Parts: sequence; structure tokens; C-alpha cells
Amino acid sequence: MPDAPPGARFEVEGVTVRFGGLVALDGVSLHVEPGEVLGVIGPNGAGKTTLFNVVCGFLTPSEGRLSWRGERLTGLKPHKLAGLGIARTLQGVGLFEGMTVLDNVMAGAGTRPRAGFASALFGLPRADAEEAQLRARALAALDRLNAADYAGRYPGSLPYPVQKRVALARALVSEPGLLMLDEPAAGLSNDEMDELGDLIRELSGTMGVMLVEHHMDLVMRVCDRITVLDFGKVIATGTPEQVRSDPAVLAAYLGDEVEAPAAASGSTGRVSTRKDG
Amino acid sequence: MTDTSEKASTKVTPAGGGSGGGALAALTRSRGLRHLALVLAAYVGIVLLLQLFGDFRDTQLATMAYFVPAAAGLTLLTGVNGQISLGHGALMAVGAYTTAAILDRADLTPFILVVLASVAAAAVVGLLVGVAAARLHGPYLAGATLALAVGLPGIAIYFGDLFGGEQGLRVRPPDPPAWFEDLAGGDLGRTYPALLGWALALSVLWFLSNLVTSRYGRQWRAVRDDEVAASLCGIDLGRARVLAFVVSAACAGVGGALLAVTSRLVAPTSVTLVLSLYLLTAIVLGGLGSLLGAVLGSAILAFLPTVLTNRALDSGLDSAAAANLAPMVFGLVLVVVMLAAPRGIVGTTRIALLSRKLKKQRAAALASRT
Ligand SMILES: Nc1ncnc2c1ncn2[C@@H]1O[C@H](COP(=O)(O)OP(=O)(O)OP(=O)(O)O)[C@@H](O)[C@H]1O
Ligand SMILES: [Mg+2]
Repeated sequence: MPDAPPGARFEVEGVTVRFGGLVALDGVSLHVEPGEVLGVIGPNGAGKTTLFNVVCGFLTPSEGRLSWRGERLTGLKPHKLAGLGIARTLQGVGLFEGMTVLDNVMAGAGTRPRAGFASALFGLPRADAEEAQLRARALAALDRLNAADYAGRYPGSLPYPVQKRVALARALVSEPGLLMLDEPAAGLSNDEMDELGDLIRELSGTMGVMLVEHHMDLVMRVCDRITVLDFGKVIATGTPEQVRSDPAVLAAYLGDEVEAPAAASGSTGRVSTRKDG
Repeated sequence: MTDTSEKASTKVTPAGGGSGGGALAALTRSRGLRHLALVLAAYVGIVLLLQLFGDFRDTQLATMAYFVPAAAGLTLLTGVNGQISLGHGALMAVGAYTTAAILDRADLTPFILVVLASVAAAAVVGLLVGVAAARLHGPYLAGATLALAVGLPGIAIYFGDLFGGEQGLRVRPPDPPAWFEDLAGGDLGRTYPALLGWALALSVLWFLSNLVTSRYGRQWRAVRDDEVAASLCGIDLGRARVLAFVVSAACAGVGGALLAVTSRLVAPTSVTLVLSLYLLTAIVLGGLGSLLGAVLGSAILAFLPTVLTNRALDSGLDSAAAANLAPMVFGLVLVVVMLAAPRGIVGTTRIALLSRKLKKQRAAALASRT
């Protein structure tokens, strides 16, 4: 880790979410240090996506608190998140199907607009200048992910891995301080996964990253620390080595009757029953 | 082979020429100016059409002019933002009654002030409906806007003193301003309603084409395509939806004001549910979400009924049956388009052109390889 890591500290304290009788998250606490990659793993249904939804304001926890940059986040709304410097990719791709790749990424870039409604209505130079700026930033983000060639295409006409790169470009273009990735490697080949791993390491130079992923070799390679969830509870937190040999973690994964993470650090690295693409 | 190389050489010229002339460069760079140039060219075209054709076309072109702003506003709401409205006829009615009620009492000049008042009234109603609509989806939204379409004419009947009840309000169309008379001469006076209507319709198209190509247009599309992803992009879903509704309603207000002065009568029977359905038909036929599609759809609304009715009368149908032919044909055409070409005229043409271009590119690539 660099001496003075950029980004900011993100903290979740004692968050509980109930769906009717089901306790999806039970007093979950974790934190992401600036410039750190935190892995969040756990068997299917452990509550990983639910945790992301709480952080993004899609769900309000019945107990617990979130803080970001030293301030408590209260009454969080999803659309406020981007302005706070937190970006997230969705499980799947979640691209805008009726918009070009460039427009998709530009949509992610325009979180702090200056030109108002009147400049848009009258097509004033102010609005044009801001659009040109957004376009340049979006193209740069696409270029960083080797997807600039697809700028004029529609997402539906592109291979799945390219769509995932576009979705990542859309999250990165706002230059977030915290990036939340929900299964970014699903459907990628081994080579593409290696590239993704390198990219995540590179990104951690400028932002904190929270990574939900079932591919254990990727998680073990890129994460500084890992938090393990099972049935909505944190059962272990530590470095990849610590987590890998934790008996509680082994039990959780064995209980799920799939490969244990110890075995998963091998070549396949699958810990879920989810189908691969 | 020769064909493609010719294409390539012609493609280079405009770019080279554009960098030379300052005005031309500004035109190609500014979206607002580019749209303005298109709109002005269209207006010149309309003026020429009015010169060439007789009285009969005047009224049809004037009719088309009041459909255009309303259909364009509706295609923004439904095609670009994904909110259906079965109540746009009622929003037109708000504009039409505002215009009629003002002209009934006062000689407010210039006419643009009357139009602005109608726009404001329709926008306020649009805001109220939009706030409710932002929480509704699919069939619920259709139901709520349907209630508006059915209920609003009832208000005009209830407040009969103000809005003329069942008989409605007669509208004295605005007189052409003196400078127009000077410019055009006495005979051209008859084309004034169509010229006025098209000036306003094209202004609306200018505003809307600026908006749909702006950040707002992008946000509206994003909300339409994926709500969750849109909020993560920092878009307030409710605000984006309400704004789309207000803009769309304001456009319907312009359409309503023009309807009032063109048909010279605003009554509950002139703004029925059928009007709302006609507008929806127009934007689906033209191609959802396309402003050009809304214009083409409006042309069909304005010209097809007369053509059909005349045909029917010629072939010996009585006038009542002939008058009912148009709605029936619209319904049939709508069903056929939905099944055979759901992207409408503009969407289908665009896809055909794109696939032809792609084929040519592939052929060129293949030829250059050998
Ligand atoms: N909206 C909801 N209503 C009711 N139950 C829900 C809802 N969302 C999630 N759950 C339940 O909460 C639990 C946690 O689900 P969550 O989607 O967070 O799991 P996950 O760890 O992301 O799993 P996966 O690895 O399959 O993505 C599951 O039992 C799920 O069925
Ligand atoms: Mg999940």
C-alpha cells in the first residue's frame, strides 16, 4: 500500500436488514480503508448484494449506521450516491439498451452538471461545451477499458465481456472515491479475469474498492482484506491467508456443499453453484 | 469498388470546407444552430407549399400544425422517457380552453402572450399529473391518464359560465399583424393561420430537438431503460419523470392553443378521448421517440381522413359512414404497424439504411482484402 493512500474511509457498523421474518443482514460491520481492496465473499444468499443495496440507499437498514469521509450517511438516496463519490456496478450488466455505448458512459459522467435547463432548451454554447467535456471524459474511460472502438454501438450488439467493460467504464468515469463491484468477473474468460485483476489493483491506487465475487482466485489475488458473510453474519475478516485457513469459513462453504476456498485457490476457483458464462 | 472510393472522396470535402468558413464551422459545432437551420429550412418549405396549393391545403396544413407540437411532446414522454399517456388530448384541451377563454374576454395582443398563458396552464396541469404519474407504472399510469382524458371535458361542462358548457366557446382567430399584411398583401392573409401555426410548431420542434440531444434527453432515456442503473448514475428518477411530463404537457398546450384558433371552436366534443388516442397512433406510426416520426404521424392524422372520406363518398358511401371510416382505418393501421413494424416509419427506415450501409462496408472490406 502507498504511504498516503487516496480515497476515503468507508464504514458500516452493526447493520441489520430484515425481509419479513428473514434476517438478510445481522449486525454486519466492516470498513474499507482508503486505497484498499476489500473482498466481500460468502455462499449464495449470504447477503452480499443486500449489503450493497444498503450502502447504495436502495434499502434502509432497521439498525446500524454507515459513514463515509468521516461523516455519517443518513437518509441516503441512490441518486445522491454518485455525487458523494461512490460508484457501483450491478450484478449482470445493467446497461441502457436503447442508448449507444458512448451515451451510456456519458450518463455516468454527468453527476455534477453546471449548465442548466435553459441552456439545454436553447442549445446554448454552455451546454455544448459541457457535452463536449463529458464526451471526452467518457471516451477516455472507454479507452482505459479498451472499449473506445465500440463507442457508437448499442450494448445489445456487443459480446458479454465487452458489455461488462462498458459498465465498468460507466462507473469509473465519475472518478469515484469508493468503487463497489458486484460480481465483475461473472462470464469472463481466464485471460479477461487476469486483466480485470490487474485493473482493480491499479484502481486501488486512486480509490477504495469493495469487491463481491465468487471467483476465489481473483478474490485471493486482488484483495488486501476479505470479509466473509454467511446467513447475514460476518463470520471472518482478515487477509486472504487468514481467511483461507479460518475454520468457520471452511465450515460455511462446506455446509454449502461446494468447493472450499482452500481448494478454490487452485485453478478453477469456483465457490458457487452459479453457472459460468 | 469505384462506388466506395467515390464515396470516400466526397466525404472528405465538407470537412475541409467547414474548417475554412467561420460561420459554417460555428454551425456545425453548435447543436442549437444546427437545429435552427433545419427548422428554418422546414419553414421555408411550408411557405412554398402554401404558395403552391389552394385553400384546401391551408386548412390541412393548419390542422397538421396543431398536431405536431402535441405529438412531439407525447413522443418525448412516451418514446424517450417511457411514460405512457392516454391523456394528452386533455392537456391539449387545457391549452385550447385557456386560449378560447382569454380571446373570449380580452383582446390580448400579441397572440404569443395567449399561447404562453396556454402553455403555462397546460404545464401546471402536467405538473400535477406528472407528480402522480412518477409513482405509477404501466397499466396504472395508463389508467390515471385515461381518467384525465375522460374527466377533464366534464370540468368544462360543470363550469359552464366560464367555458361555455356543452356548446363550447367560439374563438375569434387573431388578426394578422399589420407588418404581415404589408409584407404578404391581402390575398396571402388566408394563409395566416397555417403560417402562424407552423411558426409555433417548428419553434416547439426546435426546443425539443435541443432537449432530446442534451443531458436531459440522455437522462430521460436512461430512466426509461433501467431505473436502478439510472439512479446509480446520479439521476433522480422522480424529478426526471416529472420534468418530462411538464415539458410534454407544455407542448400539448401549444397544440391546444393552435387547435382553438384553427377550428374556431372549443367544445367538449372537440377534445374527446379519441384525440388522445389519435396522438398515440401518430407517434407509434411515425416511430416512438423520434421527433421526425411525430411530424410524419401528424401528417397522416391531418391528411388521411380527408383522403379517406372523399374516396368513400366517391364510391357511394353515405356521409355518416364515410366520416367513421378514418378512425377505423387508423385503428387497423395501428394494429398492423405494431405487428409488422413496431419501430414505425422512422425506426424501420433507419434500420434498413443502417443494414444497407453495413452490407456495403462488408463488401468493401472484402473487396479490399482480395
Ligand atoms: N427484496 C427481497 N425480499 C425478500 N428477500 C430478499 C430480498 N432480497 C434478498 N432477499 C433474501 O436475502 C438473502 C440475501 O440475498 P442476497 O441477494 O443479498 O444474497 P447474495 O449474497 O448476493 O447472493 P448471490 O451470491 O446469489 O448473489 C437471500 O436469502 C435472499 O433470498
Ligand atoms: Mg448477489
